[in-house]
Amino acid sequence: MPEISQDAKTRHWARTRNLTILVLVLWFIFAFIVPWFAKELNTFSFIGFPLGYYMIVQGSLIVFVVLIFFQNWRQDAIDDEAGVGEE
Amino acid sequence: MKMKGSFIDNLGRIYALYTGGFLVFIILMAILEQFGAGADTIGILFVAFTVVIYAVIGWLSRTMQVEAYYVAGREVPAVYNGMATAADWMSGASFVALAGGIYFGGYGYLGFIVGWTGGYVLVNSLMAPYLRKFGCYTVPDFIGTRYGGNLARFCAIIVLVVASFTYVTAQINASGTIAARAFHIPFQYGVWIGLLGILLCSMLGGMRAVTWTQVAQYIVLIIAYLAPVIWMSNKQGFGVIPHFSYGDAVARIQELEPLIGLGATAIDGAPGGVSILRTPHNDPQGGMDSWRFVTLAFCMMAGTASLPHILMRYFTTPSVRAARKSVAWSLLFIFLLYFTAPALATLSKLQLLDPTLPTAIINQSYEAVRSLAWIQNWESVGMLWMSDANGDGILQINEFFMRPDIVVLATPEIAGLPYVVSGLVAAGGLAAAMSTADGLLLAIANALSHDLYYKIIDPKADTRHRLIVARVLLLGIGALAALIASLQLTGILGAVAWAFCFACSGLFFPLVLGVWWKRANTQGAIAGMVCGFVAGSAYLYYVYTGGTPWMGIDHLRFGMIGMPVSLIAMVVVTLMTPAPDAETQAMVDEVRIPSGESILGAAH
Repeated sequence: MPEISQDAKTRHWARTRNLTILVLVLWFIFAFIVPWFAKELNTFSFIGFPLGYYMIVQGSLIVFVVLIFFQNWRQDAIDDEAGVGEE
Repeated sequence: MKMKGSFIDNLGRIYALYTGGFLVFIILMAILEQFGAGADTIGILFVAFTVVIYAVIGWLSRTMQVEAYYVAGREVPAVYNGMATAADWMSGASFVALAGGIYFGGYGYLGFIVGWTGGYVLVNSLMAPYLRKFGCYTVPDFIGTRYGGNLARFCAIIVLVVASFTYVTAQINASGTIAARAFHIPFQYGVWIGLLGILLCSMLGGMRAVTWTQVAQYIVLIIAYLAPVIWMSNKQGFGVIPHFSYGDAVARIQELEPLIGLGATAIDGAPGGVSILRTPHNDPQGGMDSWRFVTLAFCMMAGTASLPHILMRYFTTPSVRAARKSVAWSLLFIFLLYFTAPALATLSKLQLLDPTLPTAIINQSYEAVRSLAWIQNWESVGMLWMSDANGDGILQINEFFMRPDIVVLATPEIAGLPYVVSGLVAAGGLAAAMSTADGLLLAIANALSHDLYYKIIDPKADTRHRLIVARVLLLGIGALAALIASLQLTGILGAVAWAFCFACSGLFFPLVLGVWWKRANTQGAIAGMVCGFVAGSAYLYYVYTGGTPWMGIDHLRFGMIGMPVSLIAMVVVTLMTPAPDAETQAMVDEVRIPSGESILGAAH
């Protein structure tokens, strides 16, 4: 493995950190904000469900799954660009 | 195994064959039922057949190598590690009690669903890739190396043992319940049979054996969970795949709730453990209700990201990238069960409440309900109770009592599905309880043998010696857990929530900040673990012995007390003491780079 410059390492970590923050913000919205307002969201309807109910039994869960796949896709790109992807 | 290389290459074929074999077995049982085999015979065959398979896998995976015993040789592909983690994760409580909890608990209970899935976002973004890069065998191994010193390692061992042990008694309890029902033996003996099955899977092959049995157990448990729901939905006309179409059922339940007098006070005379339905299916109140939801969800999420038996699964992948990938697969596999549970709860409830359906029992003739076979079966084992208290010959909502745990197990009978489905569900529940118990027992025994015995007490011990100690500990801890489980001190679900709160109170911030805050030092980590864990436990003791919960934080959410205390203690003490040395800081830098050698060499 070729040696990576300190500068490249710093940039790699900064990008990793930014991606992590983005992921955690989205996580916070769907884990806490959306369930908090379930009562208000229930006045809307989505594929036959009250929206607030739908979000806590399915919607947020789907977001979590997609979010992890999304993060890994972006993180792999960040790693590869910095030359630290291993595959 | 002789053909190890080719075993990994052939995983797809091996597990496809296994899944096919299991499906053939189910069909065989269905045919046997047509020829008049009783429910008991089918139940015993299901349980015995699956447990024998797990034991055979455990035997084939036996090993005397440290790397194989502790981390399955770090060669588990991401998808299979995802399945193994899903089985490790979904406990007897998830399988048996979750849908029942939703049935009885409504909105407040759904915090578990969001918490137990959202936690994986934290695992993936904050923990798993970095711990994998570290190359540790156990979670205390990370704490001990990152922060240095035996005291930090020792604190992590204590938190790990308390959290995992609380959890494992609940799992042995669940496997004992199922074994007792299948073999018609008293619960106290069922617990020991359950333990025997659990140890058969893990004793000889450690993590390697547990990995490959957990994959097999995931396949059994997910088939056993999905098949009855989809079958029931088709039979009762709720749609081919009910998950996307049960919105109407939710609306219908909400329409029926006022008509049947939901919320009426329960009549007197019911035995302990059973309860009537009082909570509306979908009626969030906002305000305090929302607060209780998010605090529960947060404790479960942070607990997910701190529970050692889950984190150590990501030590078994070949690379950092594979570790991340396997977190994604884990959550996808877990999601399959968690998004089915609310559908199951909703459809089961509708079948009992809706007078236009033939399965309805509420507001029906008391005598007619009394003569139903499934009512009699469950009443005879004390899991269901009813009484026509007002003597009007009609069964009202407040006269029908049920144990929440039986919703999943009784649903096939309520919907009039054949016995073979009940046998399948029992095998699935057992797979869920056994796989989690295996992971937990291994987490405890490995921490004690690797971190306490090898790293602290006798660093010169040779490989053979270490692995023998690990197995003796496994046996001893399993026996102790079974002994405590046989006393039936706590319910399954309460014990599970406590385990999450113990883990997040003591370990969450020391683990996260170990990677994300270079300045974090030994003194701070020890303060974080000790203060968080003690504060959380003291608060639990306070509420559990009758103290008034502060801001609605009850015994299920005491992590909300432990975590902030842990964070503050860790930050304050770290800033008051010197920064870690340059070597440690360089180590943290290295952990953040996915490629290259792990920090701890192989066979450390």
